[in-house]
Amino acid sequence: MLGLNKKDTRFLLIVVALTMATPILLQPFPEGSGLAQFNAGYPDLMQRFAIFGIFAIGFNILFGLTGYLSFGHAAFLGIGSYSVVWMYKLLDYNVIYGLPLAIVMSGIFALLIGYISLRRSGIYFSILTLAFAQMSFNLAYSVLTPITNGETGLQVYTNDPQVLLGATEPRSPHFFGIVMNNSSKVNVGDWVFTFNNGYYFCAVIAILAFYLSLRIFRSPFGLMLRAIKSNQQRLNYTGLNARPYTLAAFVISGMYAGLAGGLMASMDPLAGAERMQWTASGEVVLMTILGGVGTMMGPVLGAGVIKYMENIFSKINDQVLHGWFGWMPDGLEDFVIGISHFFVGKSWHLTSGLLFMIVVIFLPGGLVEGGQRIRAMFAKKRGDDDDDPKHQPKQAPHVAE
Amino acid sequence: MGILEVKGVGKRFGGLQALGDVNLSVQQNTVHAIIGPNGAGKSTLLNCFVGKLIPDTGSVMFDGQSVLGRSPHEINQMGISRVFQTPEIFSDLNVMENMMIPCFAKRDGAFRLHAFEGVENEKELVEKAEQMLIDVNMIDKRFMHAASMSRGDKRRLEMAMCLVQEPKLLLLDEPTAGMARADTNNTIDLLKEIKEKRDITMAIIEHDMHVVFSLAERITVLAQGTPLVEDTPENIKGHPKVREAYLGEAH
Repeated sequence: MLGLNKKDTRFLLIVVALTMATPILLQPFPEGSGLAQFNAGYPDLMQRFAIFGIFAIGFNILFGLTGYLSFGHAAFLGIGSYSVVWMYKLLDYNVIYGLPLAIVMSGIFALLIGYISLRRSGIYFSILTLAFAQMSFNLAYSVLTPITNGETGLQVYTNDPQVLLGATEPRSPHFFGIVMNNSSKVNVGDWVFTFNNGYYFCAVIAILAFYLSLRIFRSPFGLMLRAIKSNQQRLNYTGLNARPYTLAAFVISGMYAGLAGGLMASMDPLAGAERMQWTASGEVVLMTILGGVGTMMGPVLGAGVIKYMENIFSKINDQVLHGWFGWMPDGLEDFVIGISHFFVGKSWHLTSGLLFMIVVIFLPGGLVEGGQRIRAMFAKKRGDDDDDPKHQPKQAPHVAE
Repeated sequence: MGILEVKGVGKRFGGLQALGDVNLSVQQNTVHAIIGPNGAGKSTLLNCFVGKLIPDTGSVMFDGQSVLGRSPHEINQMGISRVFQTPEIFSDLNVMENMMIPCFAKRDGAFRLHAFEGVENEKELVEKAEQMLIDVNMIDKRFMHAASMSRGDKRRLEMAMCLVQEPKLLLLDEPTAGMARADTNNTIDLLKEIKEKRDITMAIIEHDMHVVFSLAERITVLAQGTPLVEDTPENIKGHPKVREAYLGEAH
């Protein structure tokens, strides 16, 4: 189906089902219970899961397949956001104008930056992309203030032209009248599920992005990209020119980043230069490595875990901790809270840092490798009377999963 | 007129004259060996054929066209495939994927953005790659991870990857260097098999005489960057100049 084989079609259908059910799956605890704290099914966060999922999927096409580590992808994120907000200012709040422009603009910039950066490989490539991204950030922050509105950030003002704006049209981002901010809440017993337009808009685009990336992974083009990572010398002596392949991968991943940036501005009609800072570029690298470099699901998982920790763990302040550990004797309570204090609230970075270290040391293939190991453990227990695995050739791991 | 014509090639590295005035002609459908003691300039010469080095003087014509100044991938597209001293394969991929890459390179050229076709749907190329694997007795290993194979199998795979492109000229750079005697004999058998099954032109750089005399039809002896003689294996064996080059001058 859709140019995929049976296994990939099943894989895609599972991803679609999970994405569609996210508002339910992320709301496992009833409202008002102590664990409701850990519910992640609110629109703002779910939108971020989908958007950063797209960002990471695109980044993985470059980093996962070719091995070229870019430290400048946040620049494209910013370019995408600015494009969309400019379309709000000039035309109207329908995102249909801004998103294609975001993809095209980031594609053009990626072509330029990629063309120059790809003259080097390895660490020099990373440094070049980092330099370009910081340049873009500084341009956006100060020099190009007429276009980017500098440190205030670009936003829509009432005296903007908005030439297509109709009298009855919504005054916030929408897609042909479907307003992104609107949600419907459904109460099932003690549970409250929020179905948000913006999330589903991002989710549908994320599924499309995932599907495209799956096709690229399975295509001859994807095979060439993996060959570049594996042995560039052999590739050259096999009659293939690595440069246009890496450039194409760079542009495609830049366009994914532009789309993600555009979606950010589609959820919240703002664009600021801080979106282009190098920390944002570093974040997508962490997401990809945490989930599993070069795997299909890994980057999405990594994006989810990091965004979950950023939003949920950082909310747990001392008051919440007192609520949890109130039953302890006073001295012990203070001690436990004193320790926990380092891992939650403002210090959530410590937890994510530890998690990242554990994953990199014990699971170099990321969370996906963890999943595969657990599955292999069960498979072994079940199939004990199978042929001795030692006497069978080792199968190459599949790039999906 | 040979398929590969080398005329007056010279290359200097600083104060070292690596190649003097090399003239060489590889004829179609022959196995041509280039031998010589260590430091004779064999590898330098080979690197001039594949675009890794550009000689200071002289010309290298392949199939009527100059190869000088072209990059390795362009020269491969002209019809020259190269086997390396240590097998160069895509070790992160499996055997079949390794085979598909040269198939695509042969059909689609140096670059094509075929991002929406499935590799497994290319029935014709898959068949071609499988047939080649059958020819080199590796079909049962087609889903094996290339990195986990023995050195002999890696060599076999590399050879198959070059052959599936149906090159007009196959260059082999010391294909048995560092191999045990048994592996060397296996490689010789493989090359002989290949030679029997198809018309192919090969140029081999080698300093193992056993390999050279069991395969070559023409031999060029290189010493200190210049060719001493070019002849058939029988004549080379007894040639006084060759003995001199290998065993040192008799004082």
